[in-house]
Amino acid sequence: MNRSRLLLLGAEAVAQGALDAGISGVYAYPGTPSTEITEYIQRSALARESGVRSSWSANEKTAYEAALGMAYAGKRSLVCMKHVGLNVAADAFINSAITGVNGGLVLAVADDPSMHSSQNEQDSRVYGRFAMVPVLEPASQQELYDAMFHAFDLSELVKLPVIVRMTTRLSHSRAGVGRREAVAQNPLHAEYAPERFVLMPHNARVQYRHLLDLQPKIEALSESSFLNRAVEGSGPLGVVAFGIGFNYVMEARRMHGIECRVLKVGQYPPPRRQVDELFAACDEVLVVEEGYPVYEELFRGYFGSPKIRGRMDGALPRDGELTTDLVASALGATPAETTAVPEIVINRPPELCRGCGHRDLFEAINTVMREQVEHHVFSDIGCYTLGALSPFSAIHTCVDMGASITMAKGAADAGLRPAVCVIGDSTFAHSGMTGLLDAVNDRTPITVIIADNDTTAMTGGQCSSASGEKLERICRGLGVEEAHICVITPLRQHLDENIAVLREEIAYDGVSVVIARRECIETAARKKRRATAKGE
Amino acid sequence: MEKNIILAGVGGQGILSIAAVIDWAALDAGLNIRQAEVHGMSQRGGAVQSHLRISDRELFADLIAHGTADLILSVEPLESLRYLPWLAPEGHVVTSTDPFVNVQGYPPVERIIKALRSAVQPLLVPAEQLAREAGSARASNMVMLGAAAPFTGLEPERLEAGIEALFGSKGAQIVEINIRAFRKGLTLSNANLTTS
Repeated sequence: MNRSRLLLLGAEAVAQGALDAGISGVYAYPGTPSTEITEYIQRSALARESGVRSSWSANEKTAYEAALGMAYAGKRSLVCMKHVGLNVAADAFINSAITGVNGGLVLAVADDPSMHSSQNEQDSRVYGRFAMVPVLEPASQQELYDAMFHAFDLSELVKLPVIVRMTTRLSHSRAGVGRREAVAQNPLHAEYAPERFVLMPHNARVQYRHLLDLQPKIEALSESSFLNRAVEGSGPLGVVAFGIGFNYVMEARRMHGIECRVLKVGQYPPPRRQVDELFAACDEVLVVEEGYPVYEELFRGYFGSPKIRGRMDGALPRDGELTTDLVASALGATPAETTAVPEIVINRPPELCRGCGHRDLFEAINTVMREQVEHHVFSDIGCYTLGALSPFSAIHTCVDMGASITMAKGAADAGLRPAVCVIGDSTFAHSGMTGLLDAVNDRTPITVIIADNDTTAMTGGQCSSASGEKLERICRGLGVEEAHICVITPLRQHLDENIAVLREEIAYDGVSVVIARRECIETAARKKRRATAKGE
Repeated sequence: MEKNIILAGVGGQGILSIAAVIDWAALDAGLNIRQAEVHGMSQRGGAVQSHLRISDRELFADLIAHGTADLILSVEPLESLRYLPWLAPEGHVVTSTDPFVNVQGYPPVERIIKALRSAVQPLLVPAEQLAREAGSARASNMVMLGAAAPFTGLEPERLEAGIEALFGSKGAQIVEINIRAFRKGLTLSNANLTTS
């Protein structure tokens, strides 16, 4: 048996690669499809032995800033998040390109085209361009692993953070990965460099100029990157295939016997010389990107180019994840004849687990809200978002982390009564606290229901930064009146009393918090299994 | 040797355990693997699938193209229909006949079987019953793997070694039940192959 290969998810290949590249810490907030990177490091014996710090951060911004601090101190740090998490961390991220780094700093960001578990399909490569830092987009699990070494070396070479971008499909797909010799961690080496790290305008202007001056060097490094290469071919059609778009092109090429030239791009900015060569050799160029048509748009230019095809002219769909079939069709292949899905097949959407406390909470909320003329419930991101679906249809908004409280506040400011919101314990810790402070400062009449299941459940049960009594203390500390911080247990036998508490707090003309506390049944079952296993 | 396999079921039914055994056996056979799975929101009682590709040549895509799956292995009857567009003309469908009813309007199982039969010649497996006979209803997924084994391109012995490797930490009894379940599925499948 070939024991030298590990069978790893793409996310796990990032984790193993980062460990072997000598990171001293990973910082992250869970988010599909990026969660497994940090989980792998948390389970890793190698990480434990070498003292790699890995516990969850309160949100992506705190994670990013801590990773920047570790890099300031000369060590290599990894920070992981899903695409929308980078919106939360964007302030820190963009400005870290101005300060630069000492030890290597790699941002592993996982995008979710087709929105399997997300509210949009924003493309993190745009952030790379925005901050003007190198972006790597490996096409396979092995490339992801190898790219982590490259990313840290590159980060320390140009003294900038480096993005490693992947998408759901690669993050959540397994393949055999061969390991290389591990690199030792950097020694502690913090330099006094206020001219770089104190971003007052006079320093920031110099640093920004430096970042601009670095751009030609960054582009030159793309020309020699192992992630970029030309695949020989013939004919008038050529393809520029970015990231895992390359995989679908190669698969379609083999399946349909297409001989076209292909330029694989896995390091940005794209290698200009190689792109020029392909364009010179071909009459027509298909641009294949897993995400937004970022480079297709750039290649087309403002006035357009008739030889370019891709997502913007309908050769490929404008949205959604790519497949071999879509790429094959764009390359002119005839689609295979297939069996249709019989009409009796109905959708099977996800649902709250049987026995989940959120079910009992939503039943109580629905009972109380049915008594109201206006029964809007603002909500947030987590398992409880499933309360929007049948049979509950209990919530009416879910926009971004923490928006339940602040949107309820704004609606209350507009005159909406009652203004009720539901947020999970982990989401409250992530981005709910500051919104609650706003409401307290304004004495806004809102009722905040914190569904405290003692975990970050939707992503698989990670530790929550604030649950249990810590939540009461936070609410008191933020200035919510003691008398209006109530704790209920969302269980069937408590339904009547829970309804009574909710009714009373919703009627209160000020800030009230109702904490619905019951452990996630999945997490509880997992703990029990572990305890049994240990007992044997 | 190259096989494209779609594993289908409902979140929580254990298709990833099936995938893990096939992965182990394929890695043991020195083959290349790509196995795409579903994490996140859909895992909560929704339809889930895993695209599993094994080959002795380089694989590029993590996803299987339409009309190229050699096998659809479904642990739930309705879910076996959902992925028919991926099935190759000569492909096989192996499905459990035990419905998982968690949605309104779930069609009668007879109608599902009829729809399946009008498209392919499926191998129907009373997985839960066979798993109970093997010692635990929870081993249904290994019954399904056994029934599908002849279509995976992997030797049954290697798959059994994979079961041992993956369930080993749970004790000898669990391994034994799962091997028995696997063999019950395999026996059913082999009997079906000789009669058809």
